[in-house]
Amino acid sequence: MSHNVAATAESPVQDTVAGAAATPDRPQPFAALGLTADEYARISGLLRRRPTDAELAIYSVMWSEHCSYKSSRKHLRQFADSAPATDVLLAGIGQNAGVVDVGQGYAVTFKIESHNHPSYVEPFQGAATGVGGIVRDILAMGARPVGVMDALRFGPADAADTRRVLPGVVSGISFYGNCLGLPNIGGELAFDPCYAGNPLVNALCVGVLRHSDLKLAAATGPGNQVILFGSRTGPDGIGGASVLASASFGGAGEGAKRPSVQVGDPFMEKLLIECCLELYQAGLVVGIQDLGAAGVACATTELAAGGGTGMRVRLDSVPLRDASLGPAEILMSESQERMMAIVEPGQVAAFLNICAKWDVQATVIGEVTDTGRLEMTWHGEQVVDIPPGSAADNGPVYDRPAVRPASQDELAANSPALLPLPASGPDFRADLLLLLGSPDGGDKTPVTEQYDHYVRGDTVLAMPHDAGLLRIDDQSGLGVALATDGNGRYCQLDPYAGTQLALAEAYRNVAVTGARPLAVTNCLNFGSPEDPAVMWQFTEAVRGLADGCRQLGTPVTGGNVSFYNQTGGTPIQPTPVVGVLGVHDDVRRRVGSGFRAEGASIVLLGETRPEFGGSLWAWLRHGHLGGQPPRVDLAAERALAGLLATVAARGLVVAAHDLSDGGLALALAESCLSGGTGCVVRSPADAATFLFSESAARAVVAVRPGAAGDFAAACEQAGVPAQVIGTTGGSNLELEGLFSVPLDELAETHRAALRNLFT
Amino acid sequence: MTARIGVVTFPGSLDDRDACRAVQRAGAQPVELWHDQASLRGVDAVILPGGFSYGDYLRCGAIARFAPVMGELTEAAARGLPVLGICNGFQILCEAHLLPGALARNAGLHFVTRDVTIRIENDTSAWTRQYRTGQDIRVVLKSGEGAYMADPQTLARIEATGQVLARYASGNPNGSLREIAGIVNEAGNVAGLMPHPEHAIDELTGPSADGLGFFTSALRAVAIP
Repeated sequence: MSHNVAATAESPVQDTVAGAAATPDRPQPFAALGLTADEYARISGLLRRRPTDAELAIYSVMWSEHCSYKSSRKHLRQFADSAPATDVLLAGIGQNAGVVDVGQGYAVTFKIESHNHPSYVEPFQGAATGVGGIVRDILAMGARPVGVMDALRFGPADAADTRRVLPGVVSGISFYGNCLGLPNIGGELAFDPCYAGNPLVNALCVGVLRHSDLKLAAATGPGNQVILFGSRTGPDGIGGASVLASASFGGAGEGAKRPSVQVGDPFMEKLLIECCLELYQAGLVVGIQDLGAAGVACATTELAAGGGTGMRVRLDSVPLRDASLGPAEILMSESQERMMAIVEPGQVAAFLNICAKWDVQATVIGEVTDTGRLEMTWHGEQVVDIPPGSAADNGPVYDRPAVRPASQDELAANSPALLPLPASGPDFRADLLLLLGSPDGGDKTPVTEQYDHYVRGDTVLAMPHDAGLLRIDDQSGLGVALATDGNGRYCQLDPYAGTQLALAEAYRNVAVTGARPLAVTNCLNFGSPEDPAVMWQFTEAVRGLADGCRQLGTPVTGGNVSFYNQTGGTPIQPTPVVGVLGVHDDVRRRVGSGFRAEGASIVLLGETRPEFGGSLWAWLRHGHLGGQPPRVDLAAERALAGLLATVAARGLVVAAHDLSDGGLALALAESCLSGGTGCVVRSPADAATFLFSESAARAVVAVRPGAAGDFAAACEQAGVPAQVIGTTGGSNLELEGLFSVPLDELAETHRAALRNLFT
Repeated sequence: MTARIGVVTFPGSLDDRDACRAVQRAGAQPVELWHDQASLRGVDAVILPGGFSYGDYLRCGAIARFAPVMGELTEAAARGLPVLGICNGFQILCEAHLLPGALARNAGLHFVTRDVTIRIENDTSAWTRQYRTGQDIRVVLKSGEGAYMADPQTLARIEATGQVLARYASGNPNGSLREIAGIVNEAGNVAGLMPHPEHAIDELTGPSADGLGFFTSALRAVAIP
């Protein structure tokens, strides 16, 4: 059982509830805490007095953009309002993470979250604690975390600051995820100058539970005890939620908003995972919440609001790592590896016993009440007395102005149609090698080999395949596939279509493995919502995702918004990252992306049009970004996904690879390299479109020898255009009559792209 | 009677579940052993699995060697009980002085996850008798501190006495001296291996099924005639 670090004798006199009522005019530093004058007035109005310092701490973090979604909430409602009819959702938006029924009594919970700003300030710890935070979200749903992914975006690979940030971020993810024993099964790594001063670090976690194990963040049952367990509370990350995540990086010398990043301890988190799972199994948990941004303030307000109850908390009971912390700091601390549980009084002893077995410190800090008030004391004096819902659910909601900027017209008018296309065999060969040897198209092994993707023994597919695939059930072969995608260039050209293209690509990446796409999570990375042009991008992206999910029949289960991704006045490209989860009925029938055997006929599925707007080819070859992104055709995506699931289940294909950045050229090269087998392909007359267009709703497959007839019939039945373009075999990537590249040269070019990042 | 093979879980062990699965796949019964309990529960062999015991704080394996379970384990090992330490388990066996040498930070200073080919150098140990000397097998390496180090006298001794169990045969991934991937004690019952054979027990989830031989070897070693 815990011991408590007593408050020091010289603790300053606390600002009590009674004191606040008696001193209405005492000035308070609300602005430094990130609250506006209007918001401060609103707090005083709803409390009918000024807030105490501790209460101000709670509201400042809970009403921060990061926790309250005050600029996005109005728009995010569309995900629920226009969600497709579905019976797979066991818990949806508003919970720590969405929970999806995947059959056979299993449910899966998954979510992606940003840790962009902390990772820029302190790459190693910022990225590490990003993983830790999302894992606790999954754990809090009652699930065993079983895998992680990360979607990363940086400035140019050769920029000095990328060499500071990227190795640190990768080491942080590697350190934390590997030490937790969670396989890292995929993600993204992309580079663009727009991320040079504002990298994106989005982490996803997936967990598995039985339906009956579902846990909710609700403090029910007056008299039940509130237990804080895990690490002790220290001064790390204080104010991170309000100050760090909700304001852009400005110039130097902003001492008042000096950010502070938390420090992670993955060993403690591993103990916390095993401890929680044993507590769940013993039936000792009524409700549970992880402590992330806004720490104790967030957990207590959300648990009480979620339960429709009240709560009394003795803040001086919170075990501290730094005895000098006062109530406001304890409330705001973002110390990692902490959870809060609601436990029946008769089960507290059993709860504490299990925590002791795992060397996890656990302390009763309060109890559930029926007062509808969140009350907190500090050495007997009342320092907080608020309605919990006012902080957790009923914060300010802003309808910020959104205006399509005139620059969109210029972008659209800058059509790629005028770009010179490769004309000769050597031109095509050079352009392929340009893409394959670029940081975006290159081999990601220097990064991904720092991640353990084998641990837990259920990883069926991981990098460099299109999606990660995890086995859930040994006997039946039931599994889940996951992919994340985003494309800032497409979204810059058209945020509505670009977001749908991200959704479609993740959906397709899941489908090529043979899985059926089921549900969606998202991490919406944007600039400042106070900029009407950014707000327009955001509203278009949300509308695009909601419309797209309805058409694909895949509900949004939850997600995260990250605003203020900009340096000075320049925002990043709008970068919604979409994660799609699919269910695989039998992972033994999974389809990988590599050409592994000779003599399979190669078929291009879908329709190819000359579409170069936002393409990797236009960007790398000509530094061009303009025109329109590829056409979105979600009906075609659905038909393609249906076909891919059918042919996988029937064993008609031996490889399948999604076509996206870099078009067919890059896809063929990747399939040759990952499977170790070459191919010979015939191009139609318009070879530039054939090789480098990024038309959506396409995949390339290798058909099992002898199955060509069945495969063609399946394509026809699904209404998916199919074109036989060549055969696997040999040790070259050969385009008949155009060019040929030996696999060794391909591999060397591919590997060289990121080789020097870690030296 | 089915052989019972214990798998020890320390706080921070990660591949314990995978080791149990491999034991089962080999046809033996896995027995979960808890770091805090001194008893080995009468098992026929013991595996110390991979992971980050006690967070690998201080030094990999340095704290785990003092766990209560290590007392009886050390005595039983001296009496000939087959013991296999994989990855972090190898580090623990070195820290406990059941095996000579030490594991240091990888030469490249980064964690490395890679499918590697290792060559079996000794096919008489309790854990390798299902293989042939000179046989190449494909297994998984995943570690940050996997570089095998020993002083020149120790290296000369273990080479001379056939205590080198396996060497990396597809390039040296971590700077291990003499490409050493695994070693065994003089008696041939206590083995340490940096790569993970338990992650190579079927082609669905690993690079091969080659690793199963370590576990079936132990079955043969403890077979009751």
